[in-house]
Amino acid sequence: MTENFREKIDAIVVGAGPAGVSAALAIKRGGKNVVVLDRSENIGSKNMFGGAVYLNSIKSILPNSYKTAPYERFMTNHTYSFLTEDEAVSVNAVGKNQTTATVLRPKFDKWLVEEAKKEGVFFAPKTLVKKLIYKNGTVVGVQTEQEKYFAPVVILADGVNSLLAKQIGLRPEFFPKDMVLSVKETLKLDKKVMEERFHLEEGSKEGAMFEFFGGLSEIRTFRKNKKRLVTPFAIGFLYTFKDSISIGLGVSLEDLANYKMRPYELLEKFKENPAVKKLIKGAEEQEYSAHLIPEFGFNNLPRLYANGVMVVGDAAGLVNSAHFEGTNFAIESGKLAGETAVIALNLGNTRHNILKIYKEKLQKSFVLKDLKSYRNVVEKLYSRKKSILYYYPKKMAELMETVTCVDNVPKKRKFRKFFGSIFFERSITELFRDFKAFLRLFFDIMF
Amino acid sequence: MDIEKKLINVKYKTDNVPHLVLNQEICKVCEDKVCLTICPANVYKQALSGENTDNDAKKSDTIECISVEYENCLECGACRVACPYGAIDWKYPAAGCGVAYKFS
Ligand SMILES: Cc1cc2nc3c(=O)[nH]c(=O)nc-3n(C[C@H](O)[C@H](O)[C@H](O)COP(=O)(O)OP(=O)(O)OC[C@H]3O[C@@H](n4cnc5c(N)ncnc54)[C@H](O)[C@@H]3O)c2cc1C
Ligand code: SF4
Ligand code: SF4
Repeated sequence: MTENFREKIDAIVVGAGPAGVSAALAIKRGGKNVVVLDRSENIGSKNMFGGAVYLNSIKSILPNSYKTAPYERFMTNHTYSFLTEDEAVSVNAVGKNQTTATVLRPKFDKWLVEEAKKEGVFFAPKTLVKKLIYKNGTVVGVQTEQEKYFAPVVILADGVNSLLAKQIGLRPEFFPKDMVLSVKETLKLDKKVMEERFHLEEGSKEGAMFEFFGGLSEIRTFRKNKKRLVTPFAIGFLYTFKDSISIGLGVSLEDLANYKMRPYELLEKFKENPAVKKLIKGAEEQEYSAHLIPEFGFNNLPRLYANGVMVVGDAAGLVNSAHFEGTNFAIESGKLAGETAVIALNLGNTRHNILKIYKEKLQKSFVLKDLKSYRNVVEKLYSRKKSILYYYPKKMAELMETVTCVDNVPKKRKFRKFFGSIFFERSITELFRDFKAFLRLFFDIMF
Repeated sequence: MDIEKKLINVKYKTDNVPHLVLNQEICKVCEDKVCLTICPANVYKQALSGENTDNDAKKSDTIECISVEYENCLECGACRVACPYGAIDWKYPAAGCGVAYKFS
């Protein structure tokens, strides 16, 4: 990049994921020069997710996106599936209202960057930021492998591992409990087969998505000469794309570490579950990938700004992992940080007392409101994981069997037996704890 | 489970300098060695196996305790967070190098 250009930069954005591009667009639209640096050669090639994006969220920064974005399929078919070892009970919602669409990150991220370039955002691919340049308690620029860039404000959109936020102490070191590790496979599947299997209209862009609970419960482990049955906190997902599907798992990193489980072995076991196997039958492996999801949430939020710097998206842990929502938080936080950068640049003051506007904006937006109402969700679900991932899926399957099995036993006796079992087959305190956790979550989210 | 089979489909551009470097002194005394199981690409392996010859065993002081196949790394960061002793000097590969997803 030429000296001349570099002197004109008002803001530097590190990372060209949804958070970074959204921030850059807001800055450029506020009349300032901005450069986005990303370490990948082909943008998006470092990024993976489930995944579906939310049309309203994309529209909020790119109103024409409906026509131009590389949407693969629109999610008309949403299933929550509760698995036991060999049975499944599913809740399926089918609707025409299209608010969610699947994308492949390498294509989608590239599209985002191209849209931003059209508006005059500068973009430097294949540029790894090694560290932040810090002078008198203020971030004044970034050091890449080759050169230095200076600007009054730097936005960190460098994703979940954010080594840069760590460098300047905006966040403490992570622990396994703060993270979910996700492993996933993209599998090629014939369009016709897909349409039939997932009940999608022929030749349409209709699509299906699944979340799976259970199926990986009470797994035998052998550690320190002791046999144990363990239930790792793992949630499965499946998404349909044009001519492929993704099948993956998000697993608590803490459980993986404690139980010494290999993530790809869990994924294989999950794929072997009869209900899952049926859905991916005949699909051919195309790509395997892995990524962390930040889970530190509202209670452990890092510092979101300091002199000359703001942190957005995954780098700040802004994810609602209970719903696999992240791109919308990334886009909104990027936008609000970008707007704040413009205000600060216009005032000629990018110190923390002005950049705090970013946090105030976040507090008024759905980003911190949602994170706040969900602040205890993951922890509570985790504490009741055996109930959610093992006991209730089993009971749901039993209930279905009670309802559907015709075997000359009076119904009344069957139902009594089933409901009695809920109270008597486990200790009653378990039921009480489940109920308490449920109430707590209900009140957190509703009030 | 055959992780190699999964990794065949992943595209990489290999950096000739390792981006993951272990403090092997710490690894030698680490009991749990969680890196051996947590990595989704099975990058870390016990370097000394029972099949080593006597000759190798004698050298064990100088031989590294964990081998690192950094070429297979998916850059997820799990090992960095999971290692209880901060023994992994974890960096990104040089710009343009490392994993390159096409369909994820
Ligand atoms: C398995 C999985 C499923 C998910 N499913 C969904 C879903 O269905 N819907 C949803 O909305 N969200 C989902 N998410 C979350 C979502 O993917 C993230 O929240 C979102 O991508 C965060 O965007 P970001 O821009 O903050 O970071 P990222 O998308 O991670 O982008 C960070 C960018 O920074 C670059 N970078 C990093 N460090 C440097 C550096 N030092 N120098 C230069 N460049 C650097 C990287 O190359 C990368 O391009 C999922 C996540 C996972 C892992
Ligand atoms: S890298 Fe960490 S977890 Fe692995 S052996 Fe070394 S100290 Fe132990
Ligand atoms: S970053 Fe992920 S893929 Fe790479 S070595 Fe660590 S755990 Fe394995």
